[in-house]
Amino acid sequence: MNEQELIPHLFRTEYRKIVSVLCRLFGIEHIEIAEDIVSDTFLQASELWGLKGLPENPTAWLYTVSKNKTKDYLKRNTLFNQKISSEIKYLNGSTDEIEIDLSIKNIQDSQLAMMFAVCDSCISSEAQIGLSLNILCGFGVEEIASAFLTNKEVIYKRLNRAKEKLRTEKIQIEYPTKNEIQTKLENVLTTIYLLFNEGYYSSSRDTSMRKDLCFEAMRLNFLLIENQTTNLPQVNALMSLMCFHASRFDARIDGDGEIILYEDQDSNLWNQDLIEKGVYFLTQASTGNVLSKYHIEAAIAHWHTQQKDSLEKWEEILQLYNKLLVLEYSPIAALNRTFALAKANGREAAIVEAEKLNLVDNHLYHTLLGNLHMAVNPKKALEYFTKALNLAKSTADKNTIIKNISKLQKDL
Amino acid sequence: MKDFLLVFRNDFNAIPKASAEEMQATTKLWMDWIGSIAAQNKLTDRGNSLMAGGKVVHPKNVVTDGPYTEIKELIGGYSIVKVETYEEAVELAKGCPILKFGGNVEVREVKHM
Repeated sequence: MNEQELIPHLFRTEYRKIVSVLCRLFGIEHIEIAEDIVSDTFLQASELWGLKGLPENPTAWLYTVSKNKTKDYLKRNTLFNQKISSEIKYLNGSTDEIEIDLSIKNIQDSQLAMMFAVCDSCISSEAQIGLSLNILCGFGVEEIASAFLTNKEVIYKRLNRAKEKLRTEKIQIEYPTKNEIQTKLENVLTTIYLLFNEGYYSSSRDTSMRKDLCFEAMRLNFLLIENQTTNLPQVNALMSLMCFHASRFDARIDGDGEIILYEDQDSNLWNQDLIEKGVYFLTQASTGNVLSKYHIEAAIAHWHTQQKDSLEKWEEILQLYNKLLVLEYSPIAALNRTFALAKANGREAAIVEAEKLNLVDNHLYHTLLGNLHMAVNPKKALEYFTKALNLAKSTADKNTIIKNISKLQKDL
Repeated sequence: MKDFLLVFRNDFNAIPKASAEEMQATTKLWMDWIGSIAAQNKLTDRGNSLMAGGKVVHPKNVVTDGPYTEIKELIGGYSIVKVETYEEAVELAKGCPILKFGGNVEVREVKHM
């Protein structure tokens, strides 16, 4: 890796680590100071390394420089010193010199503490995802804006408002206690899963950005797995689910960034390594007596790693969707259940069930009914697809519906 | 939205012993029915099914064993659904698998305290 590639790479991997450690040291009210110090360190690196060549150990260089900058800052800024350095010393247990601990252990603990602080329900889930990307994944405002398909100003405001809220609510960046893990873990997992879905289902054509979001979500989840206290069954179940989904990444998007439907995917492109990892984490998840929705969704995703249709496969998937819906209702699970029902119990039964769902504002509802009627009543199918087209928002969804409509029009 | 209790009753002694396959098929019927209600976002609590037998406590410390001599039908289980009207609750109950086996469903609105 040359210097031009190295700095962005290190920015991606090291920025978040140093920021988390400093944030934990300073407290949430001084997030910006931590961010400024680390940004400054990287700025200096890019200037200096370009002139003098790379240091022997670039990561160690970054750690040393950011430590020194922090110490300088604390020395220079008397106000800061008076206000909080006494607290810092207390936290560290040291008397005169402030110790900035950039050991692997403290980096991991700080990132975990940061994750639990950021995923607080006092801020919206959008803001939780944004802050996670920003602080825990080292994404810039511009990158986050492009991931959310919005502009920089919106994200900038969202992040600042969220930081302000965390400050006023006095959210602590602390290693979570057993109790906090119990109350906040679900929120942390939801944020990770939303982040993953943001990448997986985004209508952005930037495929590498989408992949990045998915892998960042998996990386955050892995942080929880690496830590003994948070390495819980539902955490492994979510990891398994994301591995199974991610295994189809290369098969489900064509060269133009268009979605390829599951049935049309080339299963040779499915990543066997990720499928195996998914199976591994699902086994890890199968301890204790917790059955989370992630367990059920991972089990469904596992069935989908077998492309071949069989009655057994769809019967199992149907029963898993029944369980998932009993646990927690969601429109998408209701629609998917009905699709599985058509495969397991037949089209007629599925049409009756689909009509009961009452999701008339959802384009996927009309797409489902269109699909169910396609072979037996093309005229009715066409009506449903036309309704779906009117409701669909993303280009990918619209294209899929248009394909069905033109197929039907040819046959009529 | 109101909650309605669905109580499943049947004369369980009259039902012939089922084979493993038949039992599996019955489980599927129940799960598909409960899944259908959940998919409509009308399930409050899937409830429970009850073990056979039981005890009845009478005044003056008199305790008798179930089943109960004067009634053949026993409560086999219950679920709670959420809908607006009795009609809707009845519509859901009509799909209950117990009806296929000679049983019945009692539908009762829950009075929240």
